[in-house]
Amino acid sequence: MSARPYKWIGTRPNRPDGADKVTGRARFGADFALPGQLHGKVLRSPHAHAIIKSIDVSAAAALPGVKAVVTSKDFPEQPNLTVPAGEMQVNLRDVTRNVMAREKVLYDGHAVAAVAATTEAIANEALALIKVEYEVLPHVIDVEAAMAPDAPILNDQLRTEGIDPRPENPTNIAKRLDFAKGDAAAGFAQAEIVVQHRYTTQPVHQGYIEPHAALASASADGQVQVWSTTQGHFQVRGFCSRLLNIETSQIRVTPTEIGGGFGGKTVVYLEPVAIRLSQKSGKPVKMVMSREEVFRASGPTSGGIVEVKIGAMKDGTIVAAECMVALQAGAFPGSPVGPACMCSFACYDIANIKVVGFDVVSNRPKVAAYRAPGAPISCWGVESTMDMLAQELGMDPIELRLKNAAKEGTKTHYGPTFNRIGLVETLEAAKASPHYQSPVKRGFARGVAAGFWFNVGADSSAAVHVGEDGTVTVISGNPDIGGSRASLALMAAEELGIDYNKVRPIIADTASIGFNFVTGGSRVTFATGLAVVNATKDAVRDLKIRAAKIWEVEPEAVIWEDGMAKPASSNVGEFEPLSLAQLAAMAGKTGGPINGHAQLNAQGAGPGFGVHIVDLAVDPETGIVTIDRYTAVQDVGTAIHPSYVEGQLQGGAVQGIGWALNEEYIYNARGRLDNAGFLDYRIPVASDLPMIETVLVEVPNPAHPYGVRGVGEVPIVPPMAAIGNAIARATGVRFGDLPMSPPRVSAALDAVRPAMAAE
Amino acid sequence: MTDIKYAAPDTIEEAVAILAAANGSGRVLAGGTDLLVQLRAGIAKPGTIVDVKKIAEMTTITETDGAFRIGAAVSGAVIGEHEALRTLWPGVVEAINLIGSTQVQGRASPGGNLCNASPAADSVPAMVAAGATVTIQGPDGRRELPVEKVAAGPGRTNLAKGEIVVSFTLPKRPKGSGDAYLRLIPRTEMDIAVVGCGVSLTMDGDTCTAARVGLGAVAPLVLLVEDAAKALVGSKLDDAALEAAAEACRAACKPIDDKRGTIVYRTKIAGVLLKRATAIAAERARSH
Repeated sequence: MSARPYKWIGTRPNRPDGADKVTGRARFGADFALPGQLHGKVLRSPHAHAIIKSIDVSAAAALPGVKAVVTSKDFPEQPNLTVPAGEMQVNLRDVTRNVMAREKVLYDGHAVAAVAATTEAIANEALALIKVEYEVLPHVIDVEAAMAPDAPILNDQLRTEGIDPRPENPTNIAKRLDFAKGDAAAGFAQAEIVVQHRYTTQPVHQGYIEPHAALASASADGQVQVWSTTQGHFQVRGFCSRLLNIETSQIRVTPTEIGGGFGGKTVVYLEPVAIRLSQKSGKPVKMVMSREEVFRASGPTSGGIVEVKIGAMKDGTIVAAECMVALQAGAFPGSPVGPACMCSFACYDIANIKVVGFDVVSNRPKVAAYRAPGAPISCWGVESTMDMLAQELGMDPIELRLKNAAKEGTKTHYGPTFNRIGLVETLEAAKASPHYQSPVKRGFARGVAAGFWFNVGADSSAAVHVGEDGTVTVISGNPDIGGSRASLALMAAEELGIDYNKVRPIIADTASIGFNFVTGGSRVTFATGLAVVNATKDAVRDLKIRAAKIWEVEPEAVIWEDGMAKPASSNVGEFEPLSLAQLAAMAGKTGGPINGHAQLNAQGAGPGFGVHIVDLAVDPETGIVTIDRYTAVQDVGTAIHPSYVEGQLQGGAVQGIGWALNEEYIYNARGRLDNAGFLDYRIPVASDLPMIETVLVEVPNPAHPYGVRGVGEVPIVPPMAAIGNAIARATGVRFGDLPMSPPRVSAALDAVRPAMAAE
Repeated sequence: MTDIKYAAPDTIEEAVAILAAANGSGRVLAGGTDLLVQLRAGIAKPGTIVDVKKIAEMTTITETDGAFRIGAAVSGAVIGEHEALRTLWPGVVEAINLIGSTQVQGRASPGGNLCNASPAADSVPAMVAAGATVTIQGPDGRRELPVEKVAAGPGRTNLAKGEIVVSFTLPKRPKGSGDAYLRLIPRTEMDIAVVGCGVSLTMDGDTCTAARVGLGAVAPLVLLVEDAAKALVGSKLDDAALEAAAEACRAACKPIDDKRGTIVYRTKIAGVLLKRATAIAAERARSH
């Protein structure tokens, strides 16, 4: 990279929230308490699918110490209305049913009732006294079974959307999506080589270490306060407002520090229940999920089926591509099948593309957003098939991708034409990386895969307050899940021309800053960053006015440079520069406090592309995969704080490695989750992994003053295929099914080499 | 919620008396790495907890004429730092040190691992291979049992009411002996064995003169696989002998399909680990 024009952007200072986090002082969701608070607990369904015939809470309510009991009767019916939640869309009629089951329970762990009591032990005792009469129904867990004509139907009212005419029969297929560019059939007719394969993936949980937690306090006058671990406290406010018929101005939500979210904390589970319990009991109510509840009842991302077919000429030019994606949405419609379809071939400039998607309900918890929702699933299929094509052609996998790479001006199969993007630069950087340039060690094999994510913009508000000593507070409203406070402070320091340590960022509650869309979609550093830059510019504009007043010149005659107001030229007059501290000290005499504000709907989020390289070994007897070296290369626009950008690339890669190798939900024959804990839901542990190397490619986004692109989601897209491609090259066996866990790898190797089993 | 009585006596006699008086609702607390987890999960609801960490005999390691007596409540970390044990019984030590994480090692004990009676307990197959015996004290006095006879089934032991496992005895062994323990887990740590295999050998030059094989997580109990030992004894640990021993291990398996592994996979891996553990044990035996 060439020399930076910036003083602060691109540097690596400590994060403002770092000291409290490493010393245990930071307060997370479960750390908040109020005097007199009650403990709220949820009764959950033991059945995957059942009609709720009756609920008798009388014995529970009569237990000494129990102060309130709620069931679905305490939550008003909601309209059939779809609203955005993070990167997903949710239907309010379904959300209220997910928060508290109404007619039916639809998955093991579905909330049925809740109690608030003076102690946790009494609350648990009360749950055991609630009598629920169920009529157990046949259930269906997996996508393919749920799509079958004779499958148990979750919702009798559901008809497949997206098919004309709309079918008349009840179904579990909520929606069909179609995307097309050119003429896929004609493209395949022209192709000299056609490769195709079928893939499946298992649902995987976001695996945030901090379970959901909320504390709600409803006052007698109708005002409500909530403390919650969430990626979007404005969304918590919005959902609670709708689900409980409370005006937004009556609800004040304070976000706590958040111990991981990855998309999974963009929806509500506990908050509406805690508020209702608080309203009924007149006391504050605190609710904290157990790990088991997190797994049984909070959203993973979908599992699914992906079928991919790619046609190419012998020189590697891809002329046609087809993809079918069927994703399980959980108990209610709304899987990320849309983004899965859109991301499938977004990396490539292909003339003829056909993509079909299906959104399918089954008796599992409703899926929630998870880091680039949908994209890792379709890309597992597409990037594995790309590798098959590279092998058929005898072509280097990076060269094949370069030959077909999308670039500025490429029209995607889902509509938009790319602006300035950095896939070619990223592929070139991957090719030139020390990892790719190194020889593959004996006994190891190398895999490569690419990935894409849109990144989003949306609504943000920010304020910049200049203190009386000239230090600055940056106020925004997005929970910090990836180091965003540091990035926002760096941008404000850069704009103001003052030291980073003179800028302190805080995350304000819903009553203390204007609306902000969730922390999600890799949007915060881009969109909220833009709001902070604009708010800082607003403060600088005022600072120049104040200097102009002092100097008795026109504001246009003042410039802002190196943290000081200076005369624009010698024509203005001879004035000593006025520092921010000096101007702050004189603020009372020049017009009062100096603050900047901005609010916007950010447009032009720059899409991101990543290329991952992995070297691994497969134990032919045990099927255990050992990752020896891993490099994540990504176009990050401009790395505002490179350490935290690298952290995003490493974190995404690690979650992808878990997805590839071990993570899965295991349901028993009765449809109950059998591995609701971190012992048997195997996310990677530190000793499983090498240091994840990173290469930051910087192709600035023209729609942001500092060139920011979102970086947090792209890195979870390529890992599964990169690993599968390396395994295929190590063993000669192409895996279609995730996870590539030791028993599965072992069985697949034994199937092609029967002699192995007996050895 | 009912109250739990807690006692931390200084002598085994007192501990036995308290446990016997608890009338079946007593639980022994050593490191607590199983018991406290079970308490929190609501699985264990003891009326009395007898903490044995103040009892000297249960928390010390002694060596007499080449035999080791390891107190049942000695932590994994202490065992892992015991030079003589590490030299003579590296397989036993590595098995105990595989239980849980570094933090758990500071508390977890071989006695707890044995009495938790999980078929997947890491230390047990290595102890079985080592030919360890346990000393048990109860209201009727002391008795000895081979380690493989303590568990009665998953989560159940053959201990009578009031009985406590006091110590493990590892026998004096001839020169040219070595042991090893291997387990298969899908991750590299923080996991429970899909299969565990302990092998202890005595070598006279290239010939195996004595062998014991312990196999975990492939049946309701940790197994002593005598047929595998027979296949190894008298051989030069050639491929045919190893395959015969592996086959004996596979034949001994009575596993289940569950979230941690399949019948097919566990059976196959039993043979794989037998061969690998034997190779390590033999290498160690030759260097002694």
